[in-house]
Amino acid sequence: MNKVKTLDDLKKMRESLRASLDLREKSNTPDQLVQIKVSMATCGIAAGAKEIMSYFIEVLNRENIDALVTQTGCMGYCYAEPTIEIKLPGKEPLVFGYVDKTKVEEIINKYIRQGILVDGIIPVTYTAVKPE
Amino acid sequence: MAQYTNYILVCGGTGCRASQSEQIIENLKAAVDQYGLEDTQVIRTGCFGFCEKGPVVKMIPDNTFYVQVQPSDADEIVREHLVKGRKVERLLYVNPETHELVPDSKHIGFYKKQLRIALRNCGFINPENIDEYIARDGYVALGKALVEMTPEEVIKEIMDSGLRGRGGGGFPTGLKWQITRKVQAPQKYVVCNADEGDPGAFMDRSILEGDPHSIVEAMAINGYCTGASKGLVYIRAEYPLAVERLKIAIRQAKEYGLLGENIFGTDFSFDIEIRYGAGAFVCGEETALIHSMEGLRGEATVKPPFPSEHGYKGCPTNVNNVETYANIPVILLRGAKWFSSIGTEKSKGTKVFALAGKVNNVGLIEVPMGTTLREVIFGIGGGIKDGKKFKAVQTGGPSGGCLTEKHLDLPIDYDNLLSAGSMMGSGGMIVMDEDDCMVAMAKFYLDFTVEESCGKCAPCRIGNKRLHEILQKITSGNGTEDDLTRLRNLATVIKDTALCGLGQTSPNPVLSTMDNFYDEYLAHVREHRCPSHQCRELTQYFINPEKCKGCTLCARVCPVHAITGDRKIPHIIDPQSCIRCGTCMEKCKFGAIYVH
Repeated sequence: MNKVKTLDDLKKMRESLRASLDLREKSNTPDQLVQIKVSMATCGIAAGAKEIMSYFIEVLNRENIDALVTQTGCMGYCYAEPTIEIKLPGKEPLVFGYVDKTKVEEIINKYIRQGILVDGIIPVTYTAVKPE
Repeated sequence: MAQYTNYILVCGGTGCRASQSEQIIENLKAAVDQYGLEDTQVIRTGCFGFCEKGPVVKMIPDNTFYVQVQPSDADEIVREHLVKGRKVERLLYVNPETHELVPDSKHIGFYKKQLRIALRNCGFINPENIDEYIARDGYVALGKALVEMTPEEVIKEIMDSGLRGRGGGGFPTGLKWQITRKVQAPQKYVVCNADEGDPGAFMDRSILEGDPHSIVEAMAINGYCTGASKGLVYIRAEYPLAVERLKIAIRQAKEYGLLGENIFGTDFSFDIEIRYGAGAFVCGEETALIHSMEGLRGEATVKPPFPSEHGYKGCPTNVNNVETYANIPVILLRGAKWFSSIGTEKSKGTKVFALAGKVNNVGLIEVPMGTTLREVIFGIGGGIKDGKKFKAVQTGGPSGGCLTEKHLDLPIDYDNLLSAGSMMGSGGMIVMDEDDCMVAMAKFYLDFTVEESCGKCAPCRIGNKRLHEILQKITSGNGTEDDLTRLRNLATVIKDTALCGLGQTSPNPVLSTMDNFYDEYLAHVREHRCPSHQCRELTQYFINPEKCKGCTLCARVCPVHAITGDRKIPHIIDPQSCIRCGTCMEKCKFGAIYVH
């Protein structure tokens, strides 16, 4: 691991990390790198987010869909846990709530494969401070 | 494969469903079929959080936002918007200030109401990956502080920003840092107070679980400003996931050289260690917290001396709360001016609230200071569950008070809440509806304080116990009007004489419910009646002989066999043996059992 020695080091690192995030976001090949974030704070996990995350990975593997599944913190929609966010390449991210195994199948088959929206979308109700 | 290019999103949140959004969905689907629009799909979504203007319908891809839609509007929306390509102007949202039509959901002010500063990365980055934090400007604020700014400049920036302690007290953060800085000592400490104890509040846990690096970074900045080389996080052991992710964050920061010796090539070195708390409420108080970290009993001591002079192991110690820290990196990157442009005159920035209780959208929200309670509860919160009536909201946990309907349009900030008889606290917000008894609520919080009192000072140890006994007497129907006077007098004495914040604020729930709901107290002591039917000893269950079919179900479920009666003949509850558990009422299929 290279240590960060100066502020410039860190800024260079930030640029390259941003570029790699960007690459993922701007990818134009729709069957590549779908990004799925599972809200995994204690409350999400208590509502079954861990099982949902492993089930996502399992089904995506089975169906041979190239996707990136990661965990993230609390999105704030505690009433609708487990919640997940899906970002298809070139599209705005969408949040789905009350995700169970049936919903996972539906999301994968309809939204991820065909881009068709399904019931259960949670409209994002906040703006977050973005990087400079 | 079906391909859709147009979507109609209809809110399926509780509030909108109550105003017939299901019917709207059906009508829209029928209209879409009728006009043969195969490329259009109707979708039911979760709550848009815009319940006061519900039901809401959003058209995609052009983001048109229709409000207060009726089922009968469905045909017109499909015909005009989709077939003819014209917006239905009468259903557009009207900006209340400019009176202009707002065609696009992105321009509706409501969605600017929730602004995430402290929670900026929660739910966005992977908390266990430092790279994602760095890609979002992580550690740049620390670098900027160390390389480009003097400690005084950083402190000035924090002071100018107007940031106040988010743990509840609201002490100016910059000032606290400056005081610690000015004390001369060979060793100083900075502490992160992650001993979140208010029932129902969980923002600190969420920040540590969702964005632990922001705390690591801010503590290092604090260390640089105050002259401390060591940081300690005091966290309750019952937050295992937060502890785990914080540990990962500290390890990764060390690997990257962002913690440790000579950070960013400067002569500043800083390290963080974790200290575990056993989950005592009083240990959120800074002197008790420090004693607990030293391995002593978690008891508060008299201030002064303040921790900034005489803290952990006798060294100057700066204690800040998790949420306070989470704001620091953003302030340094965006500047004090930007931060102080958000909020009210004396309370700057945003505040995170844990919205809980009888509200539809239970959740974690972050709003600029000055947002009203109405916007929070009826807007973001989606209103009261099951269409019941709003009664009160408890802010500030066991140290706070309740706010009622007359406070709904009060802009939330430190000073307004204090003058309304409550307090900011750490940000728990428990919403109560018409079914909640305020006397029982006050007793509930007293249960908590009696349990959590450290026992060091008499007003808190003995006084709260007595308060609790009086409340117990009132809720069991044995109270008199004299008890109300005694209750108020004792509460005032405890408030004035207790040693630390816990005791000084513990009578607040009693005082504020007495101020706002005195009639409920009177009903308990004069008529021995609980208006909300919550106090068990004051309620009695009856069977309406006209509705009772004699099915015997209630008699079978009654745990104490208090219900008797023959088949097909109305049953009777024996009030002597009834324990008022309510099981019979829950199970009765005919609604024949009522409580009085």
